[in-house]
Amino acid sequence: MSATVRPRAPFFTGPRATLTPRPPAATAGQRGSPAVDVRDFDFFYGSQQVLKHLSFTIERKSVTAIIGPSGCGKSTFLRSINRLNDLIPSARYQGDILVEGSSVYAPSTDVVGLRQRVGMVFQRPNPFPRSIFDNVAYGPGLNRLVPKRDLPDLVERCLRQAALWDEVKDRLDEPGTGLSGGQQQRLCIARALGNQPELLLMDEPCSALDPIATQKVEELIFELKREYTIIIVTHNMQQAARVSDYTGFFDRGELIEFDGTERIFTTPAHERTEAYITGRFG
Amino acid sequence: MNRRMLRRGISNLMVGLMIGAVVVALLPLFFILLDLVVKGASSLSAEFFTETPAPAGESGGGVVHAIVGTLIIVGTASLIGLPIGIAAGIYCAEYPTSRLTWVTRFVADVMNGTPSIVVGVFAWAWIVATQKHFSALAGSAALAFLMIPMVLRTTEEMIKLVPNSLREAALALGYPRWRTSLSIVVRTTLPGIVTGSLLAVARVAGETAPLLFTALGSQYLSFDLNQPMAALPLTVFTYATGPYEEWHRYAWAAALVLILVVFVLSLGARLAIRQKFSLND
Repeated sequence: MSATVRPRAPFFTGPRATLTPRPPAATAGQRGSPAVDVRDFDFFYGSQQVLKHLSFTIERKSVTAIIGPSGCGKSTFLRSINRLNDLIPSARYQGDILVEGSSVYAPSTDVVGLRQRVGMVFQRPNPFPRSIFDNVAYGPGLNRLVPKRDLPDLVERCLRQAALWDEVKDRLDEPGTGLSGGQQQRLCIARALGNQPELLLMDEPCSALDPIATQKVEELIFELKREYTIIIVTHNMQQAARVSDYTGFFDRGELIEFDGTERIFTTPAHERTEAYITGRFG
Repeated sequence: MNRRMLRRGISNLMVGLMIGAVVVALLPLFFILLDLVVKGASSLSAEFFTETPAPAGESGGGVVHAIVGTLIIVGTASLIGLPIGIAAGIYCAEYPTSRLTWVTRFVADVMNGTPSIVVGVFAWAWIVATQKHFSALAGSAALAFLMIPMVLRTTEEMIKLVPNSLREAALALGYPRWRTSLSIVVRTTLPGIVTGSLLAVARVAGETAPLLFTALGSQYLSFDLNQPMAALPLTVFTYATGPYEEWHRYAWAAALVLILVVFVLSLGARLAIRQKFSLND
């Protein structure tokens, strides 16, 4: 069942990488260093500043919810962590983000390597128009995380983790696009898990799903946090309260408040946070 | 009640107009095919597909030299034109902000509007005049030159239809940019690209003007790209403008064969692609 995992390519390219390899995954779970360390991070689209002086850390193997009104920069922040914003020509940034101690924005950073270590699940399910098996196997196959003969095991494990295995085990060669919306989203989660990421980013993963599918994905998030660090952007405050350990409230590009979820939802320190979670604006 | 009847009346009128437009669009096509079959089918025989032409004045013979010639010339043109056109189309779609893309798109649009005989003159000046003899290769080059802008634009438009979310999904999985383009974006649009390529092949297969002073035409079965070669459109042209009654009938038959060749080519390629990529349907 468990596939043998080859050591991952070092995060940094260049000669330094061979001298100081990344510490093995065994150190994950230590409370010492955070999984994500945001250091005075600013982000601009052209002249418009979308994120302002973000500084906070995210604990390993926890679920952190990012909430805030539309256009407050939640998704932009998420896409800054795996540098998906690089696709936008006018994007600029200042400061840095560290993922497991490695800089995301250092010039020597291998963006492709970074994205292999940071999985992402999108707002709308976007499976590849391939078979269910291929959808999960393409990431690890491409990145040669496991030998080819171990791919079926890995695919099964990821689909089990994504609570989809029992529904699709008899039709792995059917197109992933033929599944229902909720199944597609769980397939996309399985696909992200295929790379065995250190960090899982979820950008409103339930906004296109019905309540039952949403519940399944939420249960899944709860399961996954035993092994993964998860950051989830959500518009749904009940969802944030249900699934997350920590909550960050964004407004107009600023992090207004970051604290334990229970505290944010019971005794928020800021008036704006309270106004938002009680539904007075946003 | 009155409004409802009015609405239904207008609806029926509009549907009627649309059906009328379809009929008007299809009628000429139907008559062309009907004419071809009526006037050409009677001259079709096994001999027509297997023999080269009889000497002038004698009856009998066929157009196998032109069928083979068309397949060779169009095949070679596709080998040159399709890869260039598809690759350039992928570039234009995947790097839409690049200056080179703007230039390429502009040039392709101009080329798309260029009369094919101008392309023929171009091929004559560059290949025939420098080699000092007519050749099938010059004809293929001219046809390839016609194909490139067509294929480029259809490929580009097809790729633009791929939702950005699919690209992001691949990039977020750690696919390098080029791999995202090839194994996700292009593979997803492959049926569309094939359709665009087939349309281009079908269009150039019927081109006569660019072949007039490049491949020139010939009375003999030839496989040599460096020599003049017959092609179906040229044969139709020669026979139709010739002095003999039998030649005119052969011109009709050759035209029918040309349409059949194009039809078989595109049907075959479509079936092949559908079987291979049925997953995408």
